[in-house]
Amino acid sequence: MTTGVTTRHTGQRLGLPAWVFVPAAVGALFVVLPLVAMLTRVEWRHFGDLVTSESSIAALELSLRTATATTVLCVVFGVPMAVVLARTSFRGQGIARSFVLLPLVLPPVVCGIALLYTFGRLGLLGHTLEVLGIQVAFSTTAVVMAQTFVALPFLVVSLDGALRTAGTRYEAVAATLGARPTRVFLRVTLPLVLPGLASGAVLSFARALGEFGATITFAGSLQGVTRTLPLEVYLQRETDPQAAVALSLLLVAVATLVIGLTRTSRVAP
Amino acid sequence: MTRTRTRSVGAIAAIGLALAMTAACGSPTGSGSSGTSSSSDAHATDSASATSGGITGKITVFAAASLKTTFTQIGAQVEKDHPGSTVTFSFAGSSDLAAQLQQGAPADVFASADPRNMAKVTGPGLTASAPVDFAANTLEVAVPPGNPAGITSLRDLTKSGVKVVVCAPQVPCGNASVEVEKAAGLTLEPVSEEQNVTDVLGKVITGEADAGLVYVTDVKGAGDKVEGVEFPESSAAVNVYPIAVLKGSANPALATAFLDAVTGPHGQAVLGAAGFRKAP
Repeated sequence: MTTGVTTRHTGQRLGLPAWVFVPAAVGALFVVLPLVAMLTRVEWRHFGDLVTSESSIAALELSLRTATATTVLCVVFGVPMAVVLARTSFRGQGIARSFVLLPLVLPPVVCGIALLYTFGRLGLLGHTLEVLGIQVAFSTTAVVMAQTFVALPFLVVSLDGALRTAGTRYEAVAATLGARPTRVFLRVTLPLVLPGLASGAVLSFARALGEFGATITFAGSLQGVTRTLPLEVYLQRETDPQAAVALSLLLVAVATLVIGLTRTSRVAP
Repeated sequence: MTRTRTRSVGAIAAIGLALAMTAACGSPTGSGSSGTSSSSDAHATDSASATSGGITGKITVFAAASLKTTFTQIGAQVEKDHPGSTVTFSFAGSSDLAAQLQQGAPADVFASADPRNMAKVTGPGLTASAPVDFAANTLEVAVPPGNPAGITSLRDLTKSGVKVVVCAPQVPCGNASVEVEKAAGLTLEPVSEEQNVTDVLGKVITGEADAGLVYVTDVKGAGDKVEGVEFPESSAAVNVYPIAVLKGSANPALATAFLDAVTGPHGQAVLGAAGFRKAP
């Protein structure tokens, strides 16, 4: 098996070259220091007022609402996508996998432009949607779509990896014992990869919460409708840097919570 | 086998998280320096008509995004007039630029789209002399080609079903929008309040919005991608553009030469051709 530095079972420690600690410490500092710097800029006396202003509350509420909807959509579409990618083989599967992962590496603004030219009024499907009476532009739906577009790959990657690592042995056994595919999927496959699914869902949620570029390009920015927390932070910065810092801290807090959840879900089973 | 599985899931989760952080942090901060461009390449060689001796070197001009076309042109002229000089620009929102200057960004000249953001720089004493007003801009309604919603006045924007996009009140163009609404005695109900005028224009160009409130110069700069609808109430909000040489300039001679070029006849002609009004 792979050589870990410590193995969880024995607690045995392997020697590390002393020099690795230097770049490791520099790297850690680079990540932590900006967060500390932000903490020093918060006016704690006004923190409560700043994060409970009407616009802040509206933004937080919208962010949580849309990120939750996005996570649900990611699970609904992402789980089948991951299963198809991990459990079947077809021509062009490698290309399909790359395309699914594309939004992960694309700049969010590019995602926003792509969505605009698909679902926008003059986009590819825009006319069809208008005939059906569906108006996507400038609506909360557009925010959820933008978030889903960028967050979906996180769930697919996590779950695809978990499924392939878990292997098909138990599923094969269940099938030979006469279980139908749906039963195998629900009773064997899903429980096996539940940790992967959980961390994938949490990551999708986190990504949706932080979404900025695609949202501002595709959905616009209006309080209570499309102006999520990151957009509010960016706008507040124009006139009230203190409020921007306070709101940023709020996002950091939520992100920390999410990382905490990911860690628990990784260790638990 | 359980251990292998959980570890690899963890690794994927960690990578994913890292990417999420990059993506989340990357977009908002990108706008600051993305507009940087140099006009040094075009006129380096034809140097026959040097009007003053000895001004050479390099300056960086921080200018409001709406000045991109005109200032690039004026910069090229300055380089032509002063052989051996280079004028580099950083175009962004005035408040972004003011914030960068407050944080010590090295620049020689600052041109703001409004006095409010210039005050952020003069306040802490970062300018070498009092700012000079060099241009003014007013609002106009931008509509997609063909004007599908049939907009002919500011009041038409309040008709039901018309999708209007404006700047958020926190930024200069949004502040101007509030002023003209007040002057006209009406309240717009925009479908979106954008971060800057470029985003408003973008929503109109792509046809997402039926109309947007932008500057006259934006309509002119967009060519045939949008049409402009003038309205009398626009005179209620005249945005004045101030320019100043910065105290930290390493090349005050060239910086002053650039400022003079902007306020001089050639610069004023360039600005006028782009739709800017004379400073009051």
